Amino acid sequence: MTQLNTVKTTSHNRNFLFKLVSFEILRVPMAFKAKPTSTQEHLMNRTILSLSLATALTTVALPAAAQEVVKVDGSSTVFPISEAMAEEFQIKTGTRVTVGLSGTGGGFKKFCRGETDVTGASRPIRDIEIELCNENGIEYIELPVAMDGLANVVHPDNDWANCMTVDELNTIWEPEAQGKIDNWNQVRDSFPDRPLRLFGAGTDSGTYDYYTFAITGTEHSSRGDFTATEDDNVTVQGVSSDVNALGFLGLAYLEENRSRLKAVAIEQEDGSCVKPTIESAGDGSYQPLARPLFMYINVERLDRPEVQAYADFMMTAENGTTLVREVGYVPLPDRAFSLGREKVANRVTGTYFSGGSEVGVSIDDLMGSSAETN
Amino acid sequence: MATNNIPTADDLERSGFVMRRRILDRAMRVMLFLCAALSVFVTTAIVVILVRESWQFFQQVPLLEFLTGTQWTPVFADAQFGILPLLSATVQVAFLAMIIAIPLGTIMAIYLSEYAPDAVRETMKPALEMLEAVPTVVYGYFALLVMTPFLQKFIPGLAGINLLVPGIILGIMILPYVVSVSEDAMRAVPNSLREGAYALGMSRWQVALRVVVPGALSGITAAYILGMSRAVGETMVLAIAAGQNPNLTLDPREGAATITAYIVQMALGDLPHGSLAYSTIFSTGLVLFLITLLFNVIGFYLRRRFREAY
Repeated sequence: MTQLNTVKTTSHNRNFLFKLVSFEILRVPMAFKAKPTSTQEHLMNRTILSLSLATALTTVALPAAAQEVVKVDGSSTVFPISEAMAEEFQIKTGTRVTVGLSGTGGGFKKFCRGETDVTGASRPIRDIEIELCNENGIEYIELPVAMDGLANVVHPDNDWANCMTVDELNTIWEPEAQGKIDNWNQVRDSFPDRPLRLFGAGTDSGTYDYYTFAITGTEHSSRGDFTATEDDNVTVQGVSSDVNALGFLGLAYLEENRSRLKAVAIEQEDGSCVKPTIESAGDGSYQPLARPLFMYINVERLDRPEVQAYADFMMTAENGTTLVREVGYVPLPDRAFSLGREKVANRVTGTYFSGGSEVGVSIDDLMGSSAETN
Repeated sequence: MATNNIPTADDLERSGFVMRRRILDRAMRVMLFLCAALSVFVTTAIVVILVRESWQFFQQVPLLEFLTGTQWTPVFADAQFGILPLLSATVQVAFLAMIIAIPLGTIMAIYLSEYAPDAVRETMKPALEMLEAVPTVVYGYFALLVMTPFLQKFIPGLAGINLLVPGIILGIMILPYVVSVSEDAMRAVPNSLREGAYALGMSRWQVALRVVVPGALSGITAAYILGMSRAVGETMVLAIAAGQNPNLTLDPREGAATITAYIVQMALGDLPHGSLAYSTIFSTGLVLFLITLLFNVIGFYLRRRFREAY
């Protein structure tokens, strides 16, 4: 969020700069007719003095305001959950929670530098990230918070792409498709002769990592000539305004935009077509694009009461299930929360996954992951 | 009489007043120089950093591949570093913007300078300048959410994210600059020239077109160049409404990422410092800088070439 803000300000500043430039080009003649008299000079001295005094005062005054803040950052997919949790927590306890949106990879980088207390992740932590955390002496607790499905979406008026196979999706997204596959009829003969415009998650997001892993078989490997964005709303906008578009995004964004998007079902191994819904992602019938979402907590920060309180808040079944369902994800069963709470209380650190996504993880596996590391 | 109250030059010298003034004068001069030098320093620093970081890029990617490649996918599995897709989108958008802004802007400037009664000018100019006050991000969403759905009804095959609409919006956006700079230039043409032309029996239109416009040509060119470099450098509208897909196309109905949109996308992500993908920010930035520099040089040349001294 803050990053977007800076962009806005810079482009606004440029307006101002351009005005200056335009004046320079016109060469507005400036003539100083009156030389300053001594009274003016005194006045000027005084203004300069008071100005410097004012700056001195503000510099002293600023750093004084330090407050208890829980810093949360990470995945754009987990963001709706983090945001909902933060809002509720803030209302109930009055402790401020700031939630950033840097993508899973970007979030881990900040987390492992010790800049944040909690980071959301739409895939398990990777080996390089584990190394980075080790280098900085940061230990973490891995908590599954929800299940998510990734959805392939098309425009509501698209009447041909109803159910696709993983193979067909691979034809579209594999690196070899770059610059070659740009028409729907190259994907399946019965598809119409229409340009294929692609939207998807950017390379910093866990959504991208997981999607490429499940579809092309190699994590972080796909074609590059598509609209890659860290903000899933761009995908929503792009697909909902273009009949020829195909995109992928998190289930929550699909739930929020059901009227503007049509979900494409995926043909399963037994030949049935399963649409991405909260139910199908939760019971494991929607494969291979259902995946767990995580929160990672810096274990040292748990000594701060507000961070401990926030962790407990997240691991309360009541909050976890209602808030997660509210934002469109699949909540974990109640048992997972008590296990998570225990994990936090016992400060169980490390990751269950040996670095990297695993396809076909169901809620039961996840509960196991909470328990096994225990 | 009050004559003895006025201090003589000697008095002032003795009281140290002259000395104080001299020191203050010197200090002020140094301060002003530093302020002026700051702009030169900042520009030089930017150029140095751009060139240095791009240098690392060009050690790994041959210049020829960079300039002639037709695919741009630095952060993906099959990494390609051809800037043509970004460049073509940038040029197309700027071109579309100029198609809107040059004729419209010139006509408006001629009207405001030569035809409009004072009252009309006094209301129209501020109204036009209000366009400048609209934040570019608002223009971006206006293009994406209002203009595009509207134009999709008339233009078949117009994608939801395309080059055409941001091009048009950009043209409207730079209109105030073009109008206000060229109108100022036209108003600077001395009245004696107009009166002379009238005396020769020219009509109002002839005066405007054959006397005022040629007389103000250097300023008008400056206005075009200014608008052009702004269109090339504009970021927010394009990042929002023209998309982030490096797509080599000459069809403005398609979406394509411009250089600025690419830079903003990369800068928002979390690229490892010193990686090849990271240095693309600087190499594309350098290209952008060279383009605007080229425009400024052309503008400078044209200004000198057509300058009329009165």
